[in-house]
Amino acid sequence: MFDNFVVPDLLPALPEIFIALMALIILMVDLVVKDKKRTVIFVLTQLTLLACAVLQMYTSTGQITMTFSNMFVDDLMADLLKVFLYLTVIVVLFYTRGYVLDREPMAKGEFYVLALFATLGMMVMISANHFLTVYLGIELLSLSLYAMVAMNRDSVVSTEAAMKYFVLGALASGMLLYGMSMIYGATGSLEITGVAMQLRGAGAHKLVLVFGLVFLVAGLAFKLGVVPFHMWIPDVYHGAPTAVTLFIGSAPKLAAFAIVMRLLVNGLLTEAVDWQNMLIILSVLSMAVGNLAAIAQTNLKRMLAYSAISHMGFMLLGIVTGVSSSFTPQQLAPYVALNAYSSAMFYVITYVLMTAGAFGMILLLARAGFEADELSDFKGLNQRSPWFAGMMLIMMFSMAGVPFFVGFFAKFSVLQAVVASGQIWLAIVAIVFSLIGAFYYLRVVKIMYFDQPDDTTPIRVPLDMRVLVSANGLAIAGFGLFPHWLMMVCVAALGGSLYL
Amino acid sequence: MANTPLLSLAVWVPIVAGLLVLMTGSERNAPLARALALIGAIAGFAVTIPLWTGFNPASGGMQFVELKPWIERYSVNYHLGVDGISMLFLLLNSFITIIVVLAGWKVIEQKVAQYNAAFLIMSGLMNGIFCALDGVLFYVFFEASLIPLYLIIGVWGGPNRVYAAFKFFLYTLAGSLLFLIALIYLYIHSGGSFAILEWHKLPLNLTAQIWLFLAFLVAFAVKVPMWPVHTWLPDAHVEAPTGGSVVLAAIALKLGAYGFLRFSLPIAPDASHELSGFVIALSLIAVVYIGFVALVQEDMKKLVAYSSISHMGFVTLGFFMFSAIGIEGALVQMISHGFISGAMFLCIGVMYDRMHSRRIADYGGVVNTMPKFAALFVLFAMANAGLPATSGFVGEFMVILGAVKFNFWVAFAAASTMILGAAYTLWMVKRVVFGAVTNAHVAELTDIDRREFFILALLAACVLWMGVYPQPFTEVMHASVNDLLQHVANSKIK
Repeated sequence: MFDNFVVPDLLPALPEIFIALMALIILMVDLVVKDKKRTVIFVLTQLTLLACAVLQMYTSTGQITMTFSNMFVDDLMADLLKVFLYLTVIVVLFYTRGYVLDREPMAKGEFYVLALFATLGMMVMISANHFLTVYLGIELLSLSLYAMVAMNRDSVVSTEAAMKYFVLGALASGMLLYGMSMIYGATGSLEITGVAMQLRGAGAHKLVLVFGLVFLVAGLAFKLGVVPFHMWIPDVYHGAPTAVTLFIGSAPKLAAFAIVMRLLVNGLLTEAVDWQNMLIILSVLSMAVGNLAAIAQTNLKRMLAYSAISHMGFMLLGIVTGVSSSFTPQQLAPYVALNAYSSAMFYVITYVLMTAGAFGMILLLARAGFEADELSDFKGLNQRSPWFAGMMLIMMFSMAGVPFFVGFFAKFSVLQAVVASGQIWLAIVAIVFSLIGAFYYLRVVKIMYFDQPDDTTPIRVPLDMRVLVSANGLAIAGFGLFPHWLMMVCVAALGGSLYL
Repeated sequence: MANTPLLSLAVWVPIVAGLLVLMTGSERNAPLARALALIGAIAGFAVTIPLWTGFNPASGGMQFVELKPWIERYSVNYHLGVDGISMLFLLLNSFITIIVVLAGWKVIEQKVAQYNAAFLIMSGLMNGIFCALDGVLFYVFFEASLIPLYLIIGVWGGPNRVYAAFKFFLYTLAGSLLFLIALIYLYIHSGGSFAILEWHKLPLNLTAQIWLFLAFLVAFAVKVPMWPVHTWLPDAHVEAPTGGSVVLAAIALKLGAYGFLRFSLPIAPDASHELSGFVIALSLIAVVYIGFVALVQEDMKKLVAYSSISHMGFVTLGFFMFSAIGIEGALVQMISHGFISGAMFLCIGVMYDRMHSRRIADYGGVVNTMPKFAALFVLFAMANAGLPATSGFVGEFMVILGAVKFNFWVAFAAASTMILGAAYTLWMVKRVVFGAVTNAHVAELTDIDRREFFILALLAACVLWMGVYPQPFTEVMHASVNDLLQHVANSKIK
């Protein structure tokens, strides 16, 4: 009876297998570690991620390789996003090291194991070519994150945030599943490429398909955190321990982008007119709500949460302009689409870079018993530490989209795609909201530079943190001066991975 | 020597110097920071001198061109070059930077390194604006130069500095974002090129031209500033430290006007003709109405700020009459205004450092205690009022000459500035400088020291030189202005 069983090609999934194995090993090792600081665990986790990055590059073929009966795909987009993912998680874990040590309930090996499982979940999402794989990845990521949010178990706010995240997350997963089942009903395939083939060929029952699409988009919108599915973002960002907020706010955006590409572009490109119109509404609403609500915040984490909503809205602009049947000649369509999607990808990657830096700054100023997440905690930072104030200045101006920082080029490339698709009005809406957004980023700069410090405690920062935050800030400036390489990487990755 | 990238040096020498100054760090190193800043500013000026000496005035095209690919993904190039229109502004800007560093020498005691670094970096960025020949490069410099000025106003400014800094930043950003869309539209319409000179040749229909023109107008009108989007300027001037006011008046305002010549006129010539009446009307409102507004000011800095708006109205007026004498007059006016308004703000700064007041009513009879200063101040005031033999006269006269040919009533309204300008400037001088000593504070004033005298005398020399012998200035712009006019005369509608 085993005659038909073929051992799947494991090579494309080697990093996933490795990280799962290591997470289990680290969980075991944690049992015997006596050291309160869990240095061994920390080092092992970081080495695992580093090894994953090496494996990823080593096993990369540059081709689209499917395995596990086409459920799992390894292509350039997956390679690139995963390498950025590992780097992000490595940086995040470095940033959170001191914070976690200062807070007893979190200083356990589980923090690192959960981080690894969450990373594995994101990797599966990025490489998914099957509705179930997508779902499995999302659930693995989400369940790990729920636990991480609640890790500071004595904190009421954290527990509340975890509950909220869990309930809403479960709802969104439900919607996603429901949408997937509808699409399965319409096309008879759970495989993303299979769905696409069916739609390009025989077509499908339109009503059922669109019904499924609506639920699918709603589920994705929840994972991306765009209006009106954004309710969880401010509360979770605010309530979660800053270390976890940093984790939630950075790496999962890469994975969410990947599943949007896989599901909507690779799977449902033929239905682009439908989902583009949905995404336009989501995008404009997100930019409006995100930017306007951010102005009213006094808590930096909450402000960054709303800023995340608005950034995801802006990023969606790149995705909605990919296919516009009325404006572009047919033979140019793939180039227009590639141009648009790669600009969105560039936006996501740079956004993760900026947001990691901004939360890193909060962690840098935090110390035992003090969170440094209120805007007023940054008062007069320029007098306390001109260097770190300068780094935060770079991050804020970059998020506001002021050159020479990379945030400008991210906005520029998306706007370029929007104008190229002929939707100038959309570009104007986008810039009006980024103008509004500039206000609250400027306010952070104002607080750091124009105000007098309340708190004059000297800032003691460990060397690794110092180096890393600086490197993060300088990377934002450096990619701003020379953005070409990263842009081309995004184009190449998507060009070799999407079926346009 | 021929292959030295002079323009790159003009841009990056001040920026690198600024970063070096920043590295001196704490207050203990303040003297070092000042010295380094001065060296940087002088070096920055020195590298621009060969631009003047090596410039070929017979050619109207771009000179000292540098072209390297920068972001090939969007065919953005690092493309620099100057013509007769932009070259002088690089010199002016670099020169003013030296003045600013000197002016803050003793006055600024807090965060000395950051102060000087901000000015140096801004100087480099503004040089970049004047020589960028690529749309994105221009925009990047244009936007980035907001950051240092925002910090200068906010950190070293007056009591209401936060409001002024935000207003300045958001106003300018609001204007320039539409400009960005216009640039991207041109990029796509031209088939993927950001080269400004290519855009000059790009055929466009009238509707597209008008939309582009309006987008440019918003961006540059805010920057100039033109009535009715001028309200950020008086606030920014009043709150900024002296150095900030000087750079703002002398250089930053010129960026908007320069933008008209580099973008609006050559890219949308038909729309420029179509809408010239509108721009001229706005300019005349600025000249006349803002002139009256200046008359009633009680704060000296505000008065000079309004006078700047009025003078810049002259500049935009000169541009949109499409005559050589009008544009050259406007350009002369821009440079002359750079010297004069800079000097006026320095003079007010000198008094403010001693009295900590800018209210006209707090002064009176300054000539009795500060005779050397009073002489220079009166000279600059006369220049501001457009007295012959000062640089202020040359530009205004040329623009009025152009206006008479264009339309008598326009000229009539424009010429009223001769009276209004004299009225508000001289009335202020009368109240501040002349008469008997009005109060004990004025009686205790000490005259300017050698540093202050040196700065003001340097500017006075420039004002007089340009007033008596403006030919070296007009000579270099002649060919470029003629090229521009020829270009603007040709319709782009095909």
